Amino acid sequence: MTLAADSHTDLRDQAVKLIARKRLFSFALPAVILAYCTYIFFAFDILGLAERARWDNASKMISDAYSYKTVVERNNRRGGIAVSVEGERKGTYDATNYPEWVEVGDDTATIALEQGGSIVIDGDLVRFDVPGFGLIAATQTRTDGVTLNLDTNDLPDWINWSSARVSITTDVARLTLTKTRTEVFVYDYGWELFWFTLDSPYYDQSFAEIFFGPRIDPTRSNPVGAWQDFWNNGMWRHGDTAWALFETVLMAFLGTFGAAMIALPLAFLAARNFAPLLVVRMAARRVFDFLRGVDGLIWTILLSRAFGPGPMTGALAILLTDTGSFGKLFSEALENVDNKQIEGIQSTGAKPLQRYRFGVIPQIVPVLLSQVLYFLESNTRSATIIGAITGGGIGLLLTQAMNTHKDWEEVTYYIVLVVLLVMAMDSFSGWLRRKLIKGD
Amino acid sequence: MTDMNATSLDVTRDHYLALTRQRRLYGGLMLLVFVLLLASGFGIANERNAGGFLPGLPQIFDFPAEVVQEAWEKRANMPDHLANAFPALIETINIAAIATLTGGFGAVVLSLLSTRGLAPWPRLIPVFRRIMDLMRAIPEIVTALVLIYVLGGGPVPAAIAIALHTIGALGKLFSEVNENADLKPLEGLASVGATWFQRMVLALLPQVAPNWFSYALLRFEINIRASAILGFVGAGGIGYELKNAISWGQGKFDEAAAVFILLFLSIVFFDQLSSVVRNHLTHGSKKGVSQ
Repeated sequence: MTLAADSHTDLRDQAVKLIARKRLFSFALPAVILAYCTYIFFAFDILGLAERARWDNASKMISDAYSYKTVVERNNRRGGIAVSVEGERKGTYDATNYPEWVEVGDDTATIALEQGGSIVIDGDLVRFDVPGFGLIAATQTRTDGVTLNLDTNDLPDWINWSSARVSITTDVARLTLTKTRTEVFVYDYGWELFWFTLDSPYYDQSFAEIFFGPRIDPTRSNPVGAWQDFWNNGMWRHGDTAWALFETVLMAFLGTFGAAMIALPLAFLAARNFAPLLVVRMAARRVFDFLRGVDGLIWTILLSRAFGPGPMTGALAILLTDTGSFGKLFSEALENVDNKQIEGIQSTGAKPLQRYRFGVIPQIVPVLLSQVLYFLESNTRSATIIGAITGGGIGLLLTQAMNTHKDWEEVTYYIVLVVLLVMAMDSFSGWLRRKLIKGD
Repeated sequence: MTDMNATSLDVTRDHYLALTRQRRLYGGLMLLVFVLLLASGFGIANERNAGGFLPGLPQIFDFPAEVVQEAWEKRANMPDHLANAFPALIETINIAAIATLTGGFGAVVLSLLSTRGLAPWPRLIPVFRRIMDLMRAIPEIVTALVLIYVLGGGPVPAAIAIALHTIGALGKLFSEVNENADLKPLEGLASVGATWFQRMVLALLPQVAPNWFSYALLRFEINIRASAILGFVGAGGIGYELKNAISWGQGKFDEAAAVFILLFLSIVFFDQLSSVVRNHLTHGSKKGVSQ
């Protein structure tokens, strides 16, 4: 009787202790997390971040991503008007194909803007008619610099004036005037020249005209010519971009499957049930730990010193890191194989190699295959990142376009392509996994 | 009668052997195609690389040898270099930790919203799933570079970029865990009038917390590597130190060696730590660590 009572109080004590511990834990954990977040708040200087942030960069980036600008430019030293998309040489209009909203005369240009305004460049004089504000006339001379017809002490904040430069920014256009050049930027939606550049005969032709209309270029049939001009588009470089995507996939493919093929035999050495010798097992495991621990970043740096930048370097970096990861995963899978099947094969008189081939491999192939295919998808992402460091594939194009800080529509294009590529690889590897493991 | 049996057996055996031969042929063909793909792939990659594989192979140890040699010559400076680079390492680990923490919370929320049977708005499940897919598909480096342009260099863009990716990656894993949870405790709580939040915290969380924690820990280890890489493109931390030390070239290789050592040791440390803790969580404490 007393014994039962003792054990009863014992249990009660235990329960009370357990609940007290849980209560402590459930209060302590949020407190620790909160304390850590406070530490990070000050360590990362979150307050200073608001001052350092460049929101104008953000709005410029976002508006640039879905719109393009056409530049009407007058060289104020030599005279002469040029009209081009994004101010690039490859996007320069010639006299035959000026956009309809601009009229170019002899050292003059008349630009009709949306919402009813207009800009007239007439030699050194520029007249900007802003609806609801009035006419702004700006001129530049060698002696006086830039002058305005307005009271320069009382300018609205969208006009920026100094004696060397004036810039006027509205929703539809921006005008800058300096001693060297007059520039008008006119904004419009879309990615201009995405399909064809201005020198292509297919520019400004509709889809139906190209495929069903009469031959446009006498030397080539329409679909062939259109494809060639699209592929070799000098501004968007679709051909180079496709190669870059291919290089990225190639890095992921070679790295992943190369690593799997190297790791499989090595994994036998690291598995407890296949390598009875402790020394061998430990050595193999330390090799895997080392390969994984050095990490893709360091491998990339080391290898690019020897092999130079390019897809081979990226593929080898992925291969080395993943040999470590696969070695660990495969050896864990090997440790979990069922011994009965191996014994069954052995009882028919099979040699060790045959035992592995028919007793072990069929058991682990589904596990390994699904891991390898998971890695293939995540390595497509790694290949983009490694490409940005070593200089290969879509990662390189992406960082190049970002470092110039101006072609955000190209950056957007590459980001969309990368996301589509990763998603495609994700569904492809998922499909292959289902097909190879469940089917057959 | 026996005659017929024998012939039918023969037919069956022939059929079986033909089938086996066919299977073997297909398997061999697939293997051949695969090997050809791999070989030609390496050929193309080699061709498009700046330096070839074979000419580069003898030089592969040149750079490590230079670094080791210089580090050894100036080994007296090594403790100083290690101490100098240590704050950067802490920053890298902080980036990974806060990104895993915030990303983990985001993943918990999104995974609950996108698991059938738990979601408060079942019609929106596909929407939340697509959001997670998108977050997972965008490489961290892309988000980080865009954010660096807006927010300036430093740890915050890297932390946000890694956190966003973590939400997508962990959200998928968490929702797979949630799907395997037993719904009976949830129903029990619902029958006594518990709100959605109470049901999640009191009935679901105890079931799934160990698995969530295990995945989050694995992610933390991955995020440390990612945060080192993002430092290399300008987001601060040890990657940035590494880039500086390497671009200085010879004469600074002892600093590079110190960074290499720190990075390697911390990655190995967290790799081992997470594998020990995860083993503990999945197999219980008694079995211990497999070695």
